[in-house]
Amino acid sequence: MEERKNQNEKIENMEIIISQTLRAGVFLSALIILIGLILFFATKSSGYPANTYPTSVIAIIKGLISLKPYAIIMTGLLVLILTPVFRVGVSIITFFQEKDYMYVYITSAVFIILILSFVLGKVE
Amino acid sequence: MILTSSIILLISIVAGIFGALLGLGGGIIVIPMLTLLLGVNIKYAIGASIVSVIATSSGAAVTYVRDKITNLRIGMFLEIATTTGALTGAFIAGLISSKYLYIIFGLLLLYSAFTMLKKRNEELPVGVVSQPIAKKLKLEGSYYDKVLKKEIQYNVTGVNKGFGMMYIAGVISGLLGIGSGIFKVMAMDLFMRLPMKVSTATSNFMIGVTAAASAGVYLVRGDIDPKIAGPVALGVLIGATLGTKIMTNMKSTTIRKIFIPVLAYVSIEMLLKGLGV
Repeated sequence: MEERKNQNEKIENMEIIISQTLRAGVFLSALIILIGLILFFATKSSGYPANTYPTSVIAIIKGLISLKPYAIIMTGLLVLILTPVFRVGVSIITFFQEKDYMYVYITSAVFIILILSFVLGKVE
Repeated sequence: MILTSSIILLISIVAGIFGALLGLGGGIIVIPMLTLLLGVNIKYAIGASIVSVIATSSGAAVTYVRDKITNLRIGMFLEIATTTGALTGAFIAGLISSKYLYIIFGLLLLYSAFTMLKKRNEELPVGVVSQPIAKKLKLEGSYYDKVLKKEIQYNVTGVNKGFGMMYIAGVISGLLGIGSGIFKVMAMDLFMRLPMKVSTATSNFMIGVTAAASAGVYLVRGDIDPKIAGPVALGVLIGATLGTKIMTNMKSTTIRKIFIPVLAYVSIEMLLKGLGV
């Protein structure tokens, strides 16, 4: 019981860090998407020909620089998509700081598989 | 245009609330609503549902991780099984007839719906003795239950079975493209015997990680349409934030009573698909 309590105290700090990282990511993405949507409705233009939108990171960034509404929305979605990846990354660092090496390995394995499936692009 | 976006936003708020509450991605609400109600092409509906899964997961995790309802170690440990499973699924797709898979897993879900029904009045798991491997992996944990007004310490069993089920959950989500959230909650509840709130919160944490792996592919393929996925993301984030507040103040038995019909619905839908109805 004593051991478990100790273990919980160690992980507490880490939970706050992960929660705060997430909050920042989520808030940022929501704000960007909202700005994009407002701009889209206000200007009545997406910045792209009908029924098209940027579908690559480079195209999204290019569109963002010229403040095209659809590119702004896609930027927000991209930030949102990256929050779980970021979450795993932060967990590795915090497990490392807690000197919980077993979980540094476990979380790193998850991170590698994530990157692998991203590269292979086959997982659905 | 604004009207359609507002409808999508409202549907997504509802999806976010249920997703956060039950540990699911909200795809079971978002996909039928977009396709049937708004006539959105299934391709864009699936793209939007991937965004919905991530939004539910990240939106809910802010609260669940902070309140320590999510068990990070269990989540990370099981995530190895889910992600490798999803990779396996993607590779063996086409080698296995999805027809039989729908039937097998439809039956499995139906069985778990009945098992859950039997313990519908069980607020917390009783008589769970931790397996040695659970102790070795430091999977046991505790959280403060706002409804019971006390710290709940829980043991963990069925680690091997849970891990195996997570792998299978990954495989079928890779093969069938269906939300693995429901299988995750089921495995943690049925095999590992975690408290219901820990199961849904940990599932919530995990589904986002799994979905993020495939989201890139959907984006490049052009399945994520900003005018649909944008309002979905906003609505689900709002809904998930509300959902976490509802969940922490809800009894576990109530959450389970909402989960059972959803489980039954999905299992019947899978069985019908498998039988080609």
